[in-house]
Amino acid sequence: MKKLISRRQFLAAAGVVAAAGVLTACGSSSESTGAAASTAGSTAAAGGDTIKIGMLAPLTGDVSIYGLAVSNGAQLYIEQVNAAGGINGKQIEVQLMDEQGDATQAVNCFTQMVDNGITALIGDVTTGPTLAVVAESQEYNMPMVSASATAEAVTYDAETDTVYTNVFRTTFTDPYQGIKMADYAYEKLGYTKAAVIFQKGADYNEGLAENFELEFAANGGEIVASESYSEGDVDFKTQLTTILNANPEVVFCPNYYEDVGQILAQAESVGLDVPFLGGDGWDGVTGYATADQVADSFFCANYAVGAAPEFESAYEEKYGETYPNGFAPLGYDAAVTVCYGLAAAEEAGLEPATDEYKQAVIDAIKNGTIEGVTGTFTFDEHNNPVKTAAILAFDNGAAILKEQY
Amino acid sequence: MTVFFSQLINGLSLGSIYALIALGYSMVYGIILLLNFAHGDIIMVGAYMSWFVMSQLGLGPVTAVCASVITCTVLGVVIEKIAYTPLRSAPRISLLITAIGVSFFLEYTTELLLGSGAKVIPAYFEARAFRLGGVNLGLTSIITLAVTVASMLALSFLVRQTRLGKAMRAVSEDMDAARLMGVNVNSTISFTFAVGSALAGIGSVLYCCSYPQATPTMGSMLGLKAFVAAVLGGIGSIPGAMIGGLAIGVCESFVSAIGLSAWRDAVTFAILILVLLIKPTGFLGRKVQEKV
Repeated sequence: MKKLISRRQFLAAAGVVAAAGVLTACGSSSESTGAAASTAGSTAAAGGDTIKIGMLAPLTGDVSIYGLAVSNGAQLYIEQVNAAGGINGKQIEVQLMDEQGDATQAVNCFTQMVDNGITALIGDVTTGPTLAVVAESQEYNMPMVSASATAEAVTYDAETDTVYTNVFRTTFTDPYQGIKMADYAYEKLGYTKAAVIFQKGADYNEGLAENFELEFAANGGEIVASESYSEGDVDFKTQLTTILNANPEVVFCPNYYEDVGQILAQAESVGLDVPFLGGDGWDGVTGYATADQVADSFFCANYAVGAAPEFESAYEEKYGETYPNGFAPLGYDAAVTVCYGLAAAEEAGLEPATDEYKQAVIDAIKNGTIEGVTGTFTFDEHNNPVKTAAILAFDNGAAILKEQY
Repeated sequence: MTVFFSQLINGLSLGSIYALIALGYSMVYGIILLLNFAHGDIIMVGAYMSWFVMSQLGLGPVTAVCASVITCTVLGVVIEKIAYTPLRSAPRISLLITAIGVSFFLEYTTELLLGSGAKVIPAYFEARAFRLGGVNLGLTSIITLAVTVASMLALSFLVRQTRLGKAMRAVSEDMDAARLMGVNVNSTISFTFAVGSALAGIGSVLYCCSYPQATPTMGSMLGLKAFVAAVLGGIGSIPGAMIGGLAIGVCESFVSAIGLSAWRDAVTFAILILVLLIKPTGFLGRKVQEKV
């Protein structure tokens, strides 16, 4: 799913930059979520009774499917907190702005929110605009939690070896999935000989493959074959024959579901019948592969249906539909993370929107243990979550949650 | 050594598909000197037909194969009648541009109607693999090779032994002279398109056995590769198309096998450039007449 975003993102950005006239068009809908909040919003105008936070997401445009999922998920949690009495007796007031999937727009919305006195930010959603907001947020030391931006550069600048201390995310990064699956294959499933087939020239696929290989070898396993292909290829028989002759016990295939379907069908036809493993690019593979082809295969994802039933039913109750995709639980967890930080700052008796308050929020998140619906997580030295992944297995061709690992 | 043979089989099975498609190119070029760039897209339509019959109508694989081959045949003739016949006396470049237009028309109409995502074609038969002396033989590869060889033999018989074949050869030799001798040129050309497209239909079924997904643009790269195969074998020559197709398939397979999969397409098109520079007539081509 990450590749898709960045490409669309690029196109959207290119298009909208031309329309510089819309700079003031930040769609703002300052929402006080929840029944209690609506009264709080009107009567508690005296200030001090609310904590203002910002939420930034693409609510319209190409990537709005992700933005809406994240913001719905996050607002669900904020509403639950407000309904339960808020934090330290204060209601949380969310300023939700639509950045339309555009980096320039995102920065404008962000500065406007800062002017409005927010004390923390949930967002952004896709990598491009998030990077732009991260750069801007440094000046204000604004605590921000992205639900779904996966690029390493969001929290860490590898060139200058600096961590953006105020930025966190709740999704795991792409390479992290490779490490997870290597551990799962070696430690849990007991495989010692693995092969890898991946698309060359794509960050997502290469990142997963490379980290799988390193981690699997570090665990003591052996990578018997590492094969690649180019974008648009449909013939994988040659690579699969090479893999077959290397006799692996398992094949790691960190590609997107259409390619995965082709690879599984061709593996069957060349007689390679070992289990395959994948990353969250496999989401959607049902229908592209037969039950036989995916028997004993596993893939990982941030969230799987059934992992947190209370979240799913609450979402359905509020929005009248089942949660649309894995971005919704990640958005929920981004809100959990922000509120965790706010609670600590409130406990210290600080004044919202002050520098000390923001620093307290950041410190609390950095050192805390957060219990979300996508798992319990802490943050590593690059502010990436260390958490369990949902491992999905196949039951008669349909992907189902196997376990959290 | 066993790996070598396994990869050789992979290459031959991929190459036979190229060969079947290259035949269509070659026959059409041989008879009206047109590079029919819509040829690859006929295969795409055939693949969607298989998907439609099996996945949407729920009918069996035999029906699907028949439907695909018939659809391709009819489509080939219809394209010839609508797009190419009115341009028969026009400059050759107009015909070529029209072919490219038809190709785009087919691709984007399909995309409009069915979306750009891949459609999964159900298996025609149960995939199986045998081990023969350490060599892995996929049932799909065996069937592909067998069907291709059978098609080639049938085509050779058609061209060499029948009256229609004689007419085809006569028209490709000299269209006006053939007409003077009483050959019905129009129906012969249509027949050539029908045969070429039927082979494309068979090719599309074999392609879908090995690579069971249909996308609107699947035909363009396939068509280009087959074009390279036709040029390599000598455009206009039937055995040449077969040799060219197999050579390209085996070559691609070995390029991937030695770990250079990223270079696979580059090697194929490098072959095209080399052939055009060194021996533009290909392996078995006739003396070059007029170039497009």
